[in-house]
Amino acid sequence: MSDAVTDSDGFTYFGGKLFVWVPVALFIGFAILAAFMLTQPKDEFVQSQMVGKPLPEFELRPATQDRPGASTANFRDGKPKLLNVWASWCLPCIAEAPQLEELQASGVEIIGIAIRDRPADVAGFLGRYGNPYSRIGADDLSEVQLEIGSSGVPETFVIDGQGIIRHQHIGDIRESDVPMLLEKLREAQ
Amino acid sequence: MNRLIALIMALIAAPLLAQSAVPPAPYAYTQLADPAQEAQAADLMLTLRCLKCQSQSIADSDAPMAGDMRHQVRVRIERGESPDQIRAWLVERYGDYVSYEPTVSATTWPLFAIPALLFAIAALVLLRRLGRKRSMGSEGSAA
Repeated sequence: MSDAVTDSDGFTYFGGKLFVWVPVALFIGFAILAAFMLTQPKDEFVQSQMVGKPLPEFELRPATQDRPGASTANFRDGKPKLLNVWASWCLPCIAEAPQLEELQASGVEIIGIAIRDRPADVAGFLGRYGNPYSRIGADDLSEVQLEIGSSGVPETFVIDGQGIIRHQHIGDIRESDVPMLLEKLREAQ
Repeated sequence: MNRLIALIMALIAAPLLAQSAVPPAPYAYTQLADPAQEAQAADLMLTLRCLKCQSQSIADSDAPMAGDMRHQVRVRIERGESPDQIRAWLVERYGDYVSYEPTVSATTWPLFAIPALLFAIAALVLLRRLGRKRSMGSEGSAA
């Protein structure tokens, strides 16, 4: 091999002396990649793996007096719906309340699941921020939340008329998310 | 006077109630009656990630959701489910991320394979270099 170089230790470098810089270049490349990745915001959202799968069986007692409870059967009447996981103690839930009202006003049925909540607190929240829900089930032990792969409040799931989970929206619904959710509901028809 | 008012205000300030006011799940902080089952449940809890506070296992976290997950683990162990079944139930819902203990899977195998590969390459290079030096050294002493 013409470009092989043998140093004083008797070690042969193939491809010439330049070849010894390859590990250094690799290390610098790694350091740059690590520095870049460390400055990137971390994606803290845990996506549910249940999208595309049927809603697990559940039957929840009413979370408040003036709305019935919620069960899986409510989602199998042929009409796509929103399943909103929320709580009266959750601050972003206040932020998304107007958007839920807006969705309800455009004809969307929203079924709520209140996580670890008391009837009086639920009623207080709805009195202050509006009640867009047709039903609200009380999930005292986060059982349904765990069953559908939700990891926080608020989260909103698009459920089709057969009770299949079609989409998961993590975090509060912003004004800009409303058209997207309406589109997802149309796709779920 | 202003200082006094500020002091009084500081003393009566109560932190905002950030979490739910509902008592924790029955088995969030209560051990199972059977010590063997509790040991099984405790071992499993150390290997499951709290989804609310992602750098803690559900055994370490005081988040209400971690309490609800511990409740699920204990109730399911008591019901006779195996730790592997419970882990699979959670992974089916949240993906590999819920496992706090790294597992080899389709996406994580390079994490295990690359260090092994690097060790092998380093060992090979060292052997070649040191082996050659030694043989050169013995030639030198013979001459």
